[in-house]
Amino acid sequence: MESIEKVSIIISKGSLEGIYPGLIMANGARAEGIEADLFFTFFGLDAIHAKRHEHIKLATVGNPGLHFATWAGGLPGVSSLMTHYMEHKMEALDIPSIPEFIEMISDTGAGIYACQASVDLFGLEKNDLVPQVQDIITVGEFYERAAGSSIIFT
Amino acid sequence: MSMTAETLEQIEFNEEGFFVDPQAWHEGLVPELAKRDGIDELTEEHWKVIRFMRAEYLAKGAGPTVRVLGKSSGVSIKELYQLFPKGPAKLAARIAGIPKPRGCI
Repeated sequence: MESIEKVSIIISKGSLEGIYPGLIMANGARAEGIEADLFFTFFGLDAIHAKRHEHIKLATVGNPGLHFATWAGGLPGVSSLMTHYMEHKMEALDIPSIPEFIEMISDTGAGIYACQASVDLFGLEKNDLVPQVQDIITVGEFYERAAGSSIIFT
Repeated sequence: MSMTAETLEQIEFNEEGFFVDPQAWHEGLVPELAKRDGIDELTEEHWKVIRFMRAEYLAKGAGPTVRVLGKSSGVSIKELYQLFPKGPAKLAARIAGIPKPRGCI
């Protein structure tokens, strides 16, 4: 039976629900003995932004999965409230917060990389990012690192 | 008549290499089980993790995930992956003769 040896996971969204799946998949891959690289691009960069990664919000507008009226999701404070509620539920299940998760995934030996184009776009520098970020790399360098792996885009 | 297994040939494993009968395990088998998973030299830290896995399984009926190991075994996540590069919870469970731990985190 053929098994997966390596995964390269791209995280491109900056919402709570946009970031967690990729983190869970990377951590889960390492737990199975599968090599893993995480590549943060566009708003996904917020997950490794030292000042922002503690303030990731759940999207309450344009998120039909929440099953409430779109207009209600846009009311002031609703996103914070729903984020708080979700974080509370996750904590009860012992799911780490995003900063803790990034640190944990880094400890598993997974690679953590930021996208050069996105870093340029947002006017960031390496010291704006968390220390677990190994490097800021171009898309070409990402593909080089990803050789032979399964690429997962989230 | 049941006899204590002396070698791995007497042990029944499932398709993923985990013990079918966790009761068939004893510490004497650990060095051979570790070798099977590419660990030639067992350190005190390996034993700490293996014994922790076994104790958790006996107490709770399931082995801990890497997250739980990192929090409660006294061995950090970083060290766990150095000790068991091919997946700490998975390998330590195989070596501790317990079923594969389930859980996504």
